[in-house]
Amino acid sequence: MATRRQFIRITTMGAGAVIAGAAGYKLLGNERNAAHKAAEAVLTGRTPTYCEICFWKCAGWVYRDENGAIKKITGNNEDLNCNGRFCPRGTGGVGMYYDEDRLRTPLIRTEERGKQSFREATWDEAFDYIAEKIKVISAEHGPECLALFTHGSGGKYFSTLLRALGSPHIAAPSYAQCRGPREVAFQATFGEAIESPERTDIRDTKCLVLIGSHIGENMHNGQVQEMSDAIDKGATIITVDPRYSTAAGKSKYWLPIKPATDLALLLAWINVIITEELYDKPYVEKYTYGFEYLRDHVKNMTPEWAYGITTIDPTVIRETAREMANAAPAVIVHPGRHVTWYGDDTQRMRAVAILNAILGSWGRRGGFYRPETFSIAEPEHPPFPTPKRSWRTEFPDLYKLADTVLANGVCDATVPDPSRHCQFQGWIVNGTNLIETLPNQENTLKAIQSLQLLVVIDTMPMEITGWADVVLPECTYLERYDDLRVGPHRKPQIALRMPATEPLYNTKPAFWMARELAKRLGVIDYFPFEKIEDQLDWQLKQIGSSLEEMKKTGVKTFERPYEDLYFAPGENVEFYTPSGKIELYSLSIEEAGFDPMPKYTPHEEPPEGYYRLNYGRAPMHTFSRTANNPNLTDLMDENSLWVNPGVAKEWGLTSGQYIYLENQDGKRSEFPIKVRVTERIRWDSVYMVHGFGHDQKKLKRCYGKGASDTNLITKVLVDPIMGGTGMRGNFVTFITDLKSGEARS
Amino acid sequence: MRYAMAVDTKKCVGCSDCVVACQTENNVPIGFCRDWVVEVIDGTYPQLEVELRSERCNHCENAPCVRCCPTGASHIAEGGIVLVKPGKCIGCGACIASCPYDARFPHPKGYVDKCTFCIHRVKQGMKPSCVSVCPTKCMYFGDLDDPNSDVSQVLKKRKHKTLIPEAGTLPQLYFLI
Repeated sequence: MATRRQFIRITTMGAGAVIAGAAGYKLLGNERNAAHKAAEAVLTGRTPTYCEICFWKCAGWVYRDENGAIKKITGNNEDLNCNGRFCPRGTGGVGMYYDEDRLRTPLIRTEERGKQSFREATWDEAFDYIAEKIKVISAEHGPECLALFTHGSGGKYFSTLLRALGSPHIAAPSYAQCRGPREVAFQATFGEAIESPERTDIRDTKCLVLIGSHIGENMHNGQVQEMSDAIDKGATIITVDPRYSTAAGKSKYWLPIKPATDLALLLAWINVIITEELYDKPYVEKYTYGFEYLRDHVKNMTPEWAYGITTIDPTVIRETAREMANAAPAVIVHPGRHVTWYGDDTQRMRAVAILNAILGSWGRRGGFYRPETFSIAEPEHPPFPTPKRSWRTEFPDLYKLADTVLANGVCDATVPDPSRHCQFQGWIVNGTNLIETLPNQENTLKAIQSLQLLVVIDTMPMEITGWADVVLPECTYLERYDDLRVGPHRKPQIALRMPATEPLYNTKPAFWMARELAKRLGVIDYFPFEKIEDQLDWQLKQIGSSLEEMKKTGVKTFERPYEDLYFAPGENVEFYTPSGKIELYSLSIEEAGFDPMPKYTPHEEPPEGYYRLNYGRAPMHTFSRTANNPNLTDLMDENSLWVNPGVAKEWGLTSGQYIYLENQDGKRSEFPIKVRVTERIRWDSVYMVHGFGHDQKKLKRCYGKGASDTNLITKVLVDPIMGGTGMRGNFVTFITDLKSGEARS
Repeated sequence: MRYAMAVDTKKCVGCSDCVVACQTENNVPIGFCRDWVVEVIDGTYPQLEVELRSERCNHCENAPCVRCCPTGASHIAEGGIVLVKPGKCIGCGACIASCPYDARFPHPKGYVDKCTFCIHRVKQGMKPSCVSVCPTKCMYFGDLDDPNSDVSQVLKKRKHKTLIPEAGTLPQLYFLI
């Protein structure tokens, strides 16, 4: 091995710091001892919560000192999502509470939209303003012209509000900007989606295949833990990535694929497994539909065929396919999570599903288990009115398999267009920074400028709050109750979130906000409980528990009603697909007018002097949500641009140098980004962590730090099957002269 | 009794949870840390290896920081843990300069601070906070004099190394490789 060694201290805090100056010596010796002792006290006062820093929702404990101040958060040992171990973001959740840049009081816009001129308002003023506008919009355009964009727990209450008013338009960017194609593909194949937390049985797998999924950098807690367990047990890991990811460093095989060619590799793997007769014959025969079609379909998609496309050596393709087959059925070809890449993402995810199906891993130990969700009674309320219009009518013949409202669909249908009837007039945005979440920022801003009402609910000032008419400051998850967490897992389990302390400033929980609005809009019947804790206690009593009990335990685990975590040998399983079988040949996708089996189509390649812009995650951040968190910016306060040394040499780039990026459409990054020259990336692409480059000045800690990839994603490759927004078809070049800002070519 | 820690570089993903958990457990001020993560890259694309490891004070048996401390603030406590008595520390910085692992920092309150192996937790039968929190369970802590401790067991089974052994400090932080 060539001996080029690079040594990086990831956490550089305090490095090179000089000994504290005179000011530091104010404490006398015994005072220093006392300060030190207080720091080492073992805290005992604790309340349960589940985390809101990401969607994994780990259950844990919030510890306070004797003065009631929040000091630390740790995992709940009984929690299935975290097993007592929080990730860095969850541990750093205290920073979300202490962040001095938090929204503090309701705000109402005073000048034109986007100028960020607000006046402080009382809650009554804010609610009256919103209610008045909603009444006007409902009367003039219909309640269907109101939409909610949401990410996080508070969305539930605003969703109830909108549905009570008569709008079905509840959109989550976590679908069409993230995992949507995966859910549609698995639904089409197995009749069930993957959902969250993923039903992957990594703990017991013998072979884990990661294709574009970077577990360890995405800190999806339970999965990271189980991957570590699998490493301990000697599982084989195969990682496909143009970048030497953290997971690649733990892998027996790393396949440094040419970006945008993953589907060819997947088809070649299917080819090898069928031609070498490595597939699970009894399973395929009993459970699947369309095997003969599939065999014909992939006949010519040999590793040699794929080599020219993917640059992966055919012997490696065969060897890795055999590794999977040897491990089967305890093998997982991981479906990933953020899969909106190239616009044919549903088809790529179909190939992943098909590969799993012929290996027989669905419903098998070490493959994919059957998750169980606990069902909690919902308080009774009148039926929701039937909406008269839907966003779908605005997109005839498009996105037929989208099984939820598309955030980008609502956004597109908001931009005035003579061909559309239901132009959205009012948006409520809860806990999602749409400016950085939706690609094509110009389009998003155009939509926003045509609205009659934009309400933003958040804990922090974000780019999106700057565009709002009314900003409602939510208290953090550490200061509020929310609905019980009931999410799927190996066993049904519920978790409680309760306030560890009173809300800081003039902030309030979303439940209260939605209910106050419901009062003013005449739909209070949909919120029968005045206080959420009464609702929780009522719900818990239906299942033989109580709020008192949950306050002590935080989580409660139940047994599965049946011993059916995996398929029993020879079990007759009915799949919720048109044929009732696992569809290798998809009837539903065919009916929608698309290829029933995935085909590889080449994607556009970067022009000379440009590099494909890839983006991903750092384990210590959840996008915008943590960008300003004092504890987490301490670990990473800007992103950097990964550049291959060969490329760096050609351009004369050095590590630590700041450059601007410009994309194929001439869009310039708003801020410069620091170059990281590293062997860990291919020469045809560059990489950065998503969630940086904020231009919201009220985020004092992260303003202008690093570059925003969303800023550079002007070309969107929309998946015609379900409307996902493919974001990996953008190419960037380097602008090294920071002063003149001139491009090289 | 001889406390030691082993970090499994095959499992560490470099997430830095150990760093935040230490900060919130030990009131380490923002901007400073008692533990940190290192990434070492070897090779050229595509023949590469990356080692990730969580580092901290090595609680050396032959600790230069203790030897050079002019006031006796730096000392070796029970179980071989290297500690600083803040009241005795004059903040001269000699220990910071002498540590080959760069494990010490000047606390803004005027004394030198460093990893204590969370002795306050260990005394209550708990593990250091970095060990307890690690999502990959890549850290093992315990008493090397007890052959059944986690750390003794894992060091018996696995190949391991220490950092800068040539400095002769006899470090007690081991890395499984």
